[in-house]
Amino acid sequence: MTLSTRRIAAATAATAVLAAALTLVAQADSNSGQYGASPELPSPQRGLLPSMGIAVPTAWDDRRPTVPQGWTITAIATGLQIPRQTLALPNGDILVAEGKGKSAPVLTPKDFIAGIIKARGTTSVKGGDRLTLLRDADGDGIYEGRWVYAENLNAPYGLVLVGSRLYVANQDALVRFDYKDGDTRATAAPVTVTPLPSAINHHWTKALTADADGRFLYVGIGSNSNVGERGMAIEENRAMVWQVDSNTGASRPFATGLRNPTALAFEPGSGQLWAVVNERDELGPDLVPDYLTSVREGAFYGWPYAYWGSNVDTRVQPQDHRKVDAAVRPDYALQSHSAPLGLAFARAGGDGLFAEGAFVGLHGSWNREPPVGYKVIFVPFRNGHPSGPPVDFVTGFQADGKTMGRPVGVTVDPQGAVIVADDLSNTVWRATPAR
Amino acid sequence: MHAALVCAALPLFLGALLCDWAYARSHQVQWTNFASWLVAGGLIFVCLALLWGAVDVLRSSATRHRRGLIYLLLLLASFAGGVVNALVHARDGWAAMPTGFVLSAVVLVLAAAAGLLGLADLCRRTTT
Repeated sequence: MTLSTRRIAAATAATAVLAAALTLVAQADSNSGQYGASPELPSPQRGLLPSMGIAVPTAWDDRRPTVPQGWTITAIATGLQIPRQTLALPNGDILVAEGKGKSAPVLTPKDFIAGIIKARGTTSVKGGDRLTLLRDADGDGIYEGRWVYAENLNAPYGLVLVGSRLYVANQDALVRFDYKDGDTRATAAPVTVTPLPSAINHHWTKALTADADGRFLYVGIGSNSNVGERGMAIEENRAMVWQVDSNTGASRPFATGLRNPTALAFEPGSGQLWAVVNERDELGPDLVPDYLTSVREGAFYGWPYAYWGSNVDTRVQPQDHRKVDAAVRPDYALQSHSAPLGLAFARAGGDGLFAEGAFVGLHGSWNREPPVGYKVIFVPFRNGHPSGPPVDFVTGFQADGKTMGRPVGVTVDPQGAVIVADDLSNTVWRATPAR
Repeated sequence: MHAALVCAALPLFLGALLCDWAYARSHQVQWTNFASWLVAGGLIFVCLALLWGAVDVLRSSATRHRRGLIYLLLLLASFAGGVVNALVHARDGWAAMPTGFVLSAVVLVLAAAAGLLGLADLCRRTTT
């Protein structure tokens, strides 16, 4: 063997090792469109690398999101600082929560590398830590008025108005402003209602809603890990929905085992609390389904010990069989990894295809190739329960393999228009039905 | 000198193996986090030794060449094993086990063998 053939032999050996390693990487199958009460659950799979498809951001230019026939969509605000959730005030003004939680500290080499990879699929703008108020005074659909309602908040996310009290869920505390009709600026610094769990804050978003009479507030608190890999001690008061007394600030766990409840809303007909929840990653492209579920008092939804009822997640050791047995099944599966971050019910009294049901903003996947989500869907309801497959509502956030926008919060405003916050292009969209 | 780099990786790989063992015994996830960093640290040393060693062996005289190639292949194997081990350790919680523990042991043995060969070669060169 000459020197050069030896070199080639060494290089071939190295290539063979790498090729062998890469064939072990999980293969994603096609988009199966998982949804509903009994989704198909393939067996868990995980190659040497999780399957990944990270969004490649690009500008909208002259493209626009696609809406169903009879609807139009316009950008009512651009150049925001990471808009997440929105709130339609009674006079039609739109309040936008802008911000982003700080990243959880790097615990393993994986955290370091995954942080760099995932950051490529998000905006490079810094979170605003503020609330922006948008106003269309003359009702022509152009929101010419724009004010900073409040600033120096801490990654505000959930918003709800109860009478004259505007509640804001910062990443570390539930705070309250006094609001009166027509305000464009908070008149005083916010009052803290209760601190919220914020150590590490891996899933930092704090979802928020209030019941009909405003006595109780409900706060969605995400887990501090994918599946308990930071240890269970740091998961105290995480992965659950809190019920908070709006007068005293006293809190208690209302439902638990919800990995990352990112949006909460009451179904108007039944008065039942519903949530969208982001389930765990790295078990394959079609596992575990994210979901839309009614949130039942005292129920345990499985995280981290089990998923979709009593399917054991063996990554958690020691296991807890009593917890596994106690886990309840969510009501309605959404495609695995589609990342629902927004939830709003249609207003009572509407008509047509989108009259009764829930709009759900799907931020879009990373742990899946081909990607899923990146759209707003509508889940039709009848008698307070989902009644059929989801319907695409706003689509066209991706084109030619690139991503122009990623939907987060959805809100139905007093005119029946649907407000969609887009945290990639930093835009607020408004889809209006034809009159 | 690249043999010294391999030897520097040995305590890290040994530490990773012990951490894996501790995780298997205790189910305390912090042990597998420690193991992840130790595997990554060991890999850096092995990678440097591999690059340096490759240049050294390919430039060496024909008589040293055969032993050098075995040394290189052992280094390459421990590097490849280490990369796979790092990826296995990147799985969440118990998903890294028991594969991670077995790989940590294999990589330690391969790296130790490479280190011994490298040191032997170094002794031979310094005494002649």
